[in-house]
Amino acid sequence: MSGVVLAPVETPLRRFVSEFFASSIAAIGLAVFVVIALAAIFAPWIAPQNPYDLAVLDIMDGRLEPGAVGGSGMTHWLGTDDQGRDMLSGIIYGLRISLLVGVGSAFIACMVGASLGMLAAYAGGRTDSVIMRVVDLQLSFPTILAALMILAFLGKGVMNVVIALVLVEWAYYARTVRGSALVERRREYIEAAICLALPTRRILFNHLLPNCLPPLIVVGTMQIARAIALEATLSFLGLGVPITEPSLGLLIANGYEYMLSGKYWISFYPGIALLITIVSINLVGDQLRDVLNPRLKK
Amino acid sequence: MQSGFVMLAMSLLVFLGVYAVGDPVEILISPDADQFERERAVRALGLDLPLWQQYLVFLGRALQGDLGRSFVFNEPAIQIILQRMPATLELAFGSMFLSILIGLPLGLYAGLKPDSPVSKGIMATSILGFSLPTFWVGLMLIMVFAVQLGWLPSTGRGDTAEILGTRWSFLTWDGLRHILLPAINLSLFKISLVIRLTRAGVRETMLMDYVKFARAKGLSPNRVTFVHVFKNILIPVVTVVGLELGGTIAFSVVTESVFAWPGMGKLIIDSINVLDRPVIVAYLLMIVLMFIVINLVVDIVYTMLDPRVRLEAKA
Repeated sequence: MSGVVLAPVETPLRRFVSEFFASSIAAIGLAVFVVIALAAIFAPWIAPQNPYDLAVLDIMDGRLEPGAVGGSGMTHWLGTDDQGRDMLSGIIYGLRISLLVGVGSAFIACMVGASLGMLAAYAGGRTDSVIMRVVDLQLSFPTILAALMILAFLGKGVMNVVIALVLVEWAYYARTVRGSALVERRREYIEAAICLALPTRRILFNHLLPNCLPPLIVVGTMQIARAIALEATLSFLGLGVPITEPSLGLLIANGYEYMLSGKYWISFYPGIALLITIVSINLVGDQLRDVLNPRLKK
Repeated sequence: MQSGFVMLAMSLLVFLGVYAVGDPVEILISPDADQFERERAVRALGLDLPLWQQYLVFLGRALQGDLGRSFVFNEPAIQIILQRMPATLELAFGSMFLSILIGLPLGLYAGLKPDSPVSKGIMATSILGFSLPTFWVGLMLIMVFAVQLGWLPSTGRGDTAEILGTRWSFLTWDGLRHILLPAINLSLFKISLVIRLTRAGVRETMLMDYVKFARAKGLSPNRVTFVHVFKNILIPVVTVVGLELGGTIAFSVVTESVFAWPGMGKLIIDSINVLDRPVIVAYLLMIVLMFIVINLVVDIVYTMLDPRVRLEAKA
């Protein structure tokens, strides 16, 4: 008997997975993103060269064209930069910084924003209006300028970029979570939890939060892409990560001055890597929004 | 009243923030300067006073329209910013013009024929417009049109002509050639936005009873599209584009840096790099003021356009 029940059972997770992969474009996006993430994580093992090991760099190999063979006999498929660094290796290492900053800041901003959003919805009254007023103020100001201001105060550095991104992005999560938490908190299960006299923290994080997750996941995915693009922009402007930890944006900035003399590859390929990363995350986010939105369910 | 309070809070925040950045004396005075010279410079710049006193002096002068002198240019900060403002405004308005010029027809087409492959192509491209980082697209524009093809210049403003005491690029042929690439770069995001808004508006309006009625009367499809549909979608689109003015000026920081366009955005990046405090403070305060004014104007315009908002206020 039990075997009959188990075999065709459709768990929410399984339904979610099959719906997600119904779109081949989204599946490709996810696959590409996984490949990029793996490349970033295992950079030291798969990159042809360690771009920060000065011993292997040869200034004579500087600004080689894509496909050229360097002095050490190594083929530089994507060319080299002005220091003789292999661009392919530089990009793989740069992806590490970009993804670290993007995912890290999105994650922290999500935690901060979700907590404040839930608190606003649950507490209501003055707490709600104070938090949401700050959110409104923040959202009416362009993110790039806010981040620029914060970084002007904090100075360069990977940690500072993460802080700046968290400070400009938490408001999106707070607004999203508050919206769904306002609906959820009137449901019976929250009332039941309150009647059981559970501690507020437990109601918030064990009962309310899991039910607000779907929109949060969608916003979170999109925000990772935004954070990566914003970090690249800030680094390009010279206010982001320091030269010792170049992200994709900084690699592009380094190639800027050579582009006018026709040496396009120093800027071009990091840009392509950035583009593929952002687009693949957006494709995944788009499909997640369609799958997780109950209003679009047939 | 509330705006004034926001302004005051921002001025304190900005002032303290900029103060925390670093010691401008280190950068401005040559390391060989002796103790006496250093002290004289510190006193001349007013940096020897306690912090709260510096803030009060700053606030008092700010109310008189004096936001301090630039450490680098030794000119009033506000004057330097105002000098650069026409270039930025020119770029921002140019890009808004382009976004409507390009976005409206494309959005209209995509809305009228939602199933044609061309429309799907337009929509897919508009997703790219949202997700591509502006600065990289700018670099690619330079690479293709300035370096490879050599059609357009890559940096600067070119020749300018003078009207009412300020210099504008769009009045000369050379200036127009210079503004084209940066304006396209800055408008990409807004083109996508206009396409999406127009398409959504058209699709919604086409289902309205008055459009059905106009068709039933036997009006030509062109007349229905351009008189009945177009008029009604124009208001929200223009409103949103107007709202984007602040964002455009903010984002011109990136475009101006890529194309070496001598506007306010490039000035602020340069000032941050040399820690020119008065200019940073003045720029940020002006931007905050601008946003408050834009939000205020938008609120007023909405009240005029949407009678429902007025009714609520009365009730």
